[in-house]
Amino acid sequence: MTTEYEIHDHDVLIIGAGGAGLRAALGALSQGAKVGVVCKSLLGKAHTVMAEGGIAAAMANVDPADDWRTHFRDTMRGGKLLNNWRMAQIHAHEAPDRVRELEQWGALFDRTPDGQILQRAFGGHTFRRLCHVGDRTGLEMIRTLQDRGVQLGIDVYMECTITRLLKDGDRVAGAFGYWREQGRFALFRAKSIVIATGGIGKAWKITSNSWEYTGDGMALAYDAGAELMDMEFVQFHPTGMVWPPGVQGILVTEAVRGEGGVLRNKLGKRFMEQYDPKKMELSTRDVVARAIYTEVREGRGTEHAGAYLDISQKPADYVKKKLPSMYHQFKELADVDITKGPMEVGPTCHYMMGGIRVDAETAKSSVRGLFAAGEAAAGLHGANRLGGNSLSDLLVFGHRAGLAAAEHAKAVRATPIDSAQVAEAAREILAPFERKAGESPYTIHRDLQETMQSLVGIFRDQADLIRALEDLEKLKDRAEHVSVEGSRLFNPAWHLTQDLRSMLTVSEAVTRSALARQESRGAHSRIDYPGLDAVWGTKNSVVVRKGDTMTLHQSPVPEMPSDLRQLVAEEK
Amino acid sequence: MAEAIFELFRGNREGGQPATYRVPIAPGMVVLDALLYIQAHLAFDLAVRWNCKAGKCGSCSAEVNGRPRLTCKTRMDSLPLEKPITVHPMKAFPVIKDLVTDVSWNYRVNKKIPPFEPRPGSEWKMYQEDVDRVQEFRKCIECFLCQNVCHVLREHDKVEQFAGPRFFVRVAALEMHPLDSKSRTRMLKDELGIGLCNITKCCTEVCPEEIHITDNAIIPLKERIVDEFYDPVLMLVRKIRGAKQELS
Repeated sequence: MTTEYEIHDHDVLIIGAGGAGLRAALGALSQGAKVGVVCKSLLGKAHTVMAEGGIAAAMANVDPADDWRTHFRDTMRGGKLLNNWRMAQIHAHEAPDRVRELEQWGALFDRTPDGQILQRAFGGHTFRRLCHVGDRTGLEMIRTLQDRGVQLGIDVYMECTITRLLKDGDRVAGAFGYWREQGRFALFRAKSIVIATGGIGKAWKITSNSWEYTGDGMALAYDAGAELMDMEFVQFHPTGMVWPPGVQGILVTEAVRGEGGVLRNKLGKRFMEQYDPKKMELSTRDVVARAIYTEVREGRGTEHAGAYLDISQKPADYVKKKLPSMYHQFKELADVDITKGPMEVGPTCHYMMGGIRVDAETAKSSVRGLFAAGEAAAGLHGANRLGGNSLSDLLVFGHRAGLAAAEHAKAVRATPIDSAQVAEAAREILAPFERKAGESPYTIHRDLQETMQSLVGIFRDQADLIRALEDLEKLKDRAEHVSVEGSRLFNPAWHLTQDLRSMLTVSEAVTRSALARQESRGAHSRIDYPGLDAVWGTKNSVVVRKGDTMTLHQSPVPEMPSDLRQLVAEEK
Repeated sequence: MAEAIFELFRGNREGGQPATYRVPIAPGMVVLDALLYIQAHLAFDLAVRWNCKAGKCGSCSAEVNGRPRLTCKTRMDSLPLEKPITVHPMKAFPVIKDLVTDVSWNYRVNKKIPPFEPRPGSEWKMYQEDVDRVQEFRKCIECFLCQNVCHVLREHDKVEQFAGPRFFVRVAALEMHPLDSKSRTRMLKDELGIGLCNITKCCTEVCPEEIHITDNAIIPLKERIVDEFYDPVLMLVRKIRGAKQELS
C-alpha cells in the first residue's frame, strides 16, 4: 500500500493546544526554535477554557503573609506527600512570575482596591491565593497565550489527531496522524516533542471533561516506551451538576465554596463538620468528594442523589459578579436561580494527577527527545491536586518544557523517518474502514464508561478492580474488531475509534495501579484498605510497556531535603 | 417516552439534503444532547463540532429552527415539538460536512490585529472600574454566531473588506485596555471595514455571553474614528500641533 501524506518539519512539535501546550510553544519560540502545535479541536477550544476558579500563585497581594514556602507546604500536604518535592518547589517559586507575565501579555485579572491582581480563597490553600477573572480564568489564560503565540509565529495545525510517535532507536523522530476534516494523513518531523494533551476523564461516565480528554498523549508516550506514573490517582471533583440528566457531571466551580458557598445534606445539616471541621467546605477535593458520596450512600442525599450547595446568603449582585457563568449555567440548564436557592451537586471525574513521568527541572520523559507538561505529566500533585494548582502547573511546567525541548532540539540533528513505522501507523488508522460488520465504537465507549464509573470510581476494592481488568480485556478485544462506515471526511465514528485505543490503554494503567496500591491516600480510596500506609507512602507506581505487555512496578518517592521536610511538618 | 423529530442538514461542500431522525426526550435535554444521541444511535458519521457542552468553548454553533444558537445551551423544552426541529450549519461559513463549517477565515482575520503593547514603564496597577468594560469584551468565547448573523458577511459576503463583530470586540478590548499604547483606529477604518456596519444589533442579539457588542464595542470605536479622522475641530488642532512638531 502506498501511503500519501504531507510532511511538516519543526524543531519542536507540541501536541495539545491548551495552557501547557501554548505556554510550551512560547517557551520554545523564545529560544529561536521553529515550533508547531497540533491539536484535536479548533485553537482556543482546549479544555483549559473550562477552568474556572483561578491560578494559584503566592503573590501575597491579599494576604501579605503568603509566600512560596506556604504554597509548597499546601501542595505537598494536599498531595499526601507523594508529590515530586522538587516539582512542588519549582512550581511554588515560579508561579507568580508566570502570572505576571500573562498580565504583561494582555490578560486582565480581577483587581484589588489598590490596583493589584485580586486573589481568592480555595480548598487546601492556607491563604487567599487564586488569581482570577470571575469564574472564567481559563478562558482569559488561553486567549492570552493563543493571541501571543499566533502573533509570534507558531504554526498551528487545528483539528488534527496524532495517533503514533515515530522513533529512531531510543529517540523520537516525529509524529504521525490525520486531519480530522478531510481524513488525509500528516507526518510531522521534529527533534523534540512535547506532550500537552491533558487528561483522561472521558473514560468515565460522569465527568466534567470534554470529548477530547481521552488520554491520547499518555497512550502515545506509553506506546513509545515512556513511563507512566501515579496512574491510580484520578481526581473526582466534589461538585458537578447532578440534574437534569443531560448536564450531569458539568463542573460547578470550587470558587462557589471559595466565595462562601455552604454544603448541606437533605436534613439541612452542614455535614462537612463531620469530615473536616477545621477547613469545612474548603477542605481538599478528595475529602469533600468522599463526604458528599458518603452522605448520598447513607441516605442523606438530595432528590437527585447529590448535596445542596448554597451561595444565596450572599448578595445577588455579588454572586452574579463573582460567579457569572455559574449563575447562567444553572439558570439556563437547570432552571435554578443560585442567588435565591441552593444548587444540587455531586462528584464528577475531573482531573488526572498521574501521567507521563518527567524530570522536575526539564519536563523530559524517559524517552529521549520526548517531554510532557500539564495534566498529561505526573509528579507535581502527588495523590491529590489542590484547586488552582492546575493552571499554575500549565504555565510553570509548560514554560520549562518549551525551554528544554528547544535546548534539546539545538543539540541534536534531525533524524530519518522509518517508512515501515509510517506504513504501520497508516494501516492502523484505516483498519476500522477495512473491517465489515464490526461493532460501532459508540457502544464500546459507553461500556468502557460504565466499567470505569462503577468499578474504578471514588471508592475501590480488590474484587471490583479485578473485575474491571477482566472487563477491559473484553473491551480491548471488541475494540480490535470495531468497524466504521462512510468516508474519511469529518467522520466522528472513525475519530472515536482512535480515541478509544488511548482510553483503553490509560484505563488499564489506572486500574492496574489502583489494584496494586493497598492503602487509601488522597484521591485513591480503597474500602478494603481504608488507612494510609507508611510503606506505600514511600512509593510511586510506575507503568511501562514491555513488548506487548503492560507492566507495573514501584519506584521510591524522591526524598526531600531536610529543610523542606521540616517546612512541610511545621504545624500551621 | 416523548419524542422529538429532528430535521438535520446532511451533506458537504457539493450540496446536501435534510434527513429526519426521531429522538427520545429526557428532562432538561439540550439540542446538542439530541445530536449526540443521533450520532451514537442513528447516524454514526454525523459531523458535529462540540467540546465542553457547558457554554464555555463556543464550538457547537448552529442554526436551530433558523436561529443561530449554541446547541449546548438550547433547551428542548424551549422549542415547539409539534413540528420537526431543524438544525442547519451556520450559513455565513462554507460547509465542510453536515453541521460542521469552515471557520478558518476568522483565524486569518484575527492574525491581522496588532497585539497588546504595554506602555513603556508601566507599573501594572489597574483598577477594577477601569477594567470592567474590557472584561466584558474578553468574555467572548469565539462561537462566531455574531459573524454568522451579521448581514455584511451573511448576505453580502464582504470577507475581504470587513472583519465582523467578533473582531471589533477584540479590537475594542485592546483599545480600551488601560495600559495599551497602540492605536488601531486607522486599521479599523481602512482594513477591518468598521464603516460597513450599520448598527442593526443582530450580533448583540445572538451573543450567548450577552456582550453588548454594538453599544459597548462598535459604537465607541466608530466614535473614535470620527474623532480621529473626521472631526473638523480636532483635525485643525492636529494640523497645528503637527505643524508645531514639524517646526521644533
